[in-house]
Amino acid sequence: MPDLSTFVCAAPLREYSHVILGHGGGGVLSRDLIDGIFLAAFTNPLLDRLGDSTVLDLAADLRPGERLAVSTDSYVVRPLFFPGGSIGELAVNGTVNDLAMSGAKPLVLTAGFILEEGLAIAELATVVERMAAAAQAAGVRIVAGDTKVVERGHGDGVYINTSGIGVVPAGVAVGQEPVQPGDAVLCSGTIGDHGMAIMSVRESLAFEAAIESDSASLHDLVAAMLAACPAVRLLRDPTRGGVATSLNEIATLAGVGIEIDEEAIPVNPPVAAACEILGLDPLQVANEGKLLAVVPAAAAQRVLAAMRGHEQGRNAVLLGRVVAAHPRLVVMKTAIGGTRVIPMPIGEHLPRIC
Amino acid sequence: MKHLTEYRDAEKARRLAAEIGRIVTRPWAIMEVCGGQTHSIIRHGIDELLPSEPDRRVEMIHGPGCPVCVTPLETIDKALAIAADPRVIFGSFGDMLRVPGSRENLFAVEGAGGDVRVVYSPLDAVKLARQHPDREVVFLAIGFETTAPANAMAVKVAKAEGIRNFSMLVSHVLVPPAIEAIMKSPGNRVQAFLAAGHVCSVMGTWQYPPLAAAWGVPIVVTGFEPLDLLEGIRRAVVQLEAGRAEVENAYPRVVTEWGNEPARAVIREVFAPVDRAWRGIGVIPASGWKLSDAYRDFDAEQRFAVGGITAVESPLCKSGAVLKGTLKPNQCPAFGKECTPRTPLGATMVSSEGACAAYYNFRYA
Amino acid sequence: MCLAVPGQVESIRDDNGTRMGRVNFGGVIKDICLAYLPDITVGDYTIVHVGFAISRIDEASARETLRTFEELGILAEGLAELCESTPEGGERLDFGGEDKPTRLAFLRPPARPS
Repeated sequence: MPDLSTFVCAAPLREYSHVILGHGGGGVLSRDLIDGIFLAAFTNPLLDRLGDSTVLDLAADLRPGERLAVSTDSYVVRPLFFPGGSIGELAVNGTVNDLAMSGAKPLVLTAGFILEEGLAIAELATVVERMAAAAQAAGVRIVAGDTKVVERGHGDGVYINTSGIGVVPAGVAVGQEPVQPGDAVLCSGTIGDHGMAIMSVRESLAFEAAIESDSASLHDLVAAMLAACPAVRLLRDPTRGGVATSLNEIATLAGVGIEIDEEAIPVNPPVAAACEILGLDPLQVANEGKLLAVVPAAAAQRVLAAMRGHEQGRNAVLLGRVVAAHPRLVVMKTAIGGTRVIPMPIGEHLPRIC
Repeated sequence: MKHLTEYRDAEKARRLAAEIGRIVTRPWAIMEVCGGQTHSIIRHGIDELLPSEPDRRVEMIHGPGCPVCVTPLETIDKALAIAADPRVIFGSFGDMLRVPGSRENLFAVEGAGGDVRVVYSPLDAVKLARQHPDREVVFLAIGFETTAPANAMAVKVAKAEGIRNFSMLVSHVLVPPAIEAIMKSPGNRVQAFLAAGHVCSVMGTWQYPPLAAAWGVPIVVTGFEPLDLLEGIRRAVVQLEAGRAEVENAYPRVVTEWGNEPARAVIREVFAPVDRAWRGIGVIPASGWKLSDAYRDFDAEQRFAVGGITAVESPLCKSGAVLKGTLKPNQCPAFGKECTPRTPLGATMVSSEGACAAYYNFRYA
Repeated sequence: MCLAVPGQVESIRDDNGTRMGRVNFGGVIKDICLAYLPDITVGDYTIVHVGFAISRIDEASARETLRTFEELGILAEGLAELCESTPEGGERLDFGGEDKPTRLAFLRPPARPS
């Protein structure tokens, strides 16, 4: 009988600087990645059990009258890192904000990763650290996860999906009353920062500017707003497609017209300048840390005050109002006193020369 | 932004509009030639401020100064064929990506596997050629005279550096022949022109007096911001009311009589005049530029065998009449039905300042 | 065709024989080709189209233009006040303001997607 006490596994090196297909294979290499990267950053008692699923004891977390909200979103941004953030912050804040638009405080998140073979492990580690930091700032835990690896050329480094469960407090009734003429439309701050931050590092369109992504979690701001007015008609986070898309969605769904004032629109000067150069409309540019709120007219000033008292809402404005005229159309009163329709953007906005 | 924001002053805009309202005594139709001017008029709602009574009004007719709108269908189809070639990285200004060819557009070609890249400057396309020596980089060089110096410099640099894997598909168009074509067009209602300020910053204003004299139309070289546009319109109305037909420069901070001579020198070196077909209008003699003999090696049409293209225009599309100002978009039978910004039949519905897209977004009755 | 934006030249350099510069557009800095403006200097303002400076902005001319806007308006308002106080039969002025029907009155609902 050979002496098994001196057995040394003949497996090859387990230290890799880049993701390889084996990292998605479910075996030792996968475990290395999970331990070394994901658990190291996300560690919490629920996740650390590493079961195939995670059991939540909601009886402990839910009080009478509270309801659950659930949401999912996938993040495919390129480049992975940009001024003011990375795909990591987006993946956490984006889903937290989806929950917040229902008035929910985030409870738990899941995180699924699709990694491209060849992604630098150091880059992955940074993304994951940023996610952990964002989750901590938002007061939410990541309790389940998954990792797959695809062949080189079949992914943009990393795609992330996060799903979230949140708790809607008792008495909060966002969306219970329909949007109606007379309601006020509020915007929590400057628009276009995120989209132009991405644009500033896109090859062939790049420019230097003090523009940063505004990625941030908004549930705290929402809580402050709901304290001022529990019967907020509607909340929307204007991500892809910008404020123009969200306003058009609201107008179409509610069958109402919306009027906004160009002079009220808050835009950071370098964002405005960058849009001028590329021929883009800030209303169509993505945001990741802003929200639109439709509230009864009588509550508008109260809610605005609550927003302005909060870090995420310090530049909040009364953007416009819901009207009975021109149903399903969003119209803007221009700074010089003219009017124009704000159409639903077609899709990808393209820099223009004309 | 300095030299921009001052020209968007709301109070001064209202006063200028009021002044126009004060002096107008008859209905007038003025054409702004440049698509950028159309875009600005619509974006700021400038035409909303103009007098609009049936017997005392200023009507703005949107001109064909949108190179996206007038790029011939054949050129788009050639661009699509070249972009689909696996050897090619196809560079283009963003405006062109949604323009429909006979069957598809650059977005669709990209979806099917073509390598299409949006660039801000033609020099970025040359950079792509340097970065990818194993690929053929083709740049879609469209535009009016404003863009010609930039497109010319790109190919000049490529030639100077011996960059062999770069070529351009050229479709430049010129303003003065367009003005002539519009005045000659049966049913033309245009009585005065706002000439394109940035075209003139390159070319100067010296080409316009013969046109003003020959056709008896005021031509006011105009900028793009609300105050500049309103001032251009005001001067045109002053002339119309007085029965004058002269060239005026209402954009003197940027435009001079002789324009930018170094730019025109490079244009003369790189480009040569050619008869050009304008989509929807037809062939206008000597209305375009092609690459000169010295630069023929960089002509993508020569480098890529893209002959045998039969362009099929939608029979429903009335872009041509719209571009000449003889038909309003909402008078076109297909408007809002078969033809919408999401399903455009012609370039005027696609381009951000195409008249049809502008009207659709306004929903005029 | 003519989306061109004003910016201020911050620095100039020679890039392999081509005159390039860093131009500041209200806080956004881009590398721009200055080959067509051989006389432009740092501090000048220029109009930039697709990465190329095509014209220098004449500051004196700009000031003059803005001054005429300032004065024109005042003149027009003075005349307006004069005319509005004319007895019946005087010409009524059109300010293009709140009492005019806006174009919204002509709007129709969007066409149904087919």
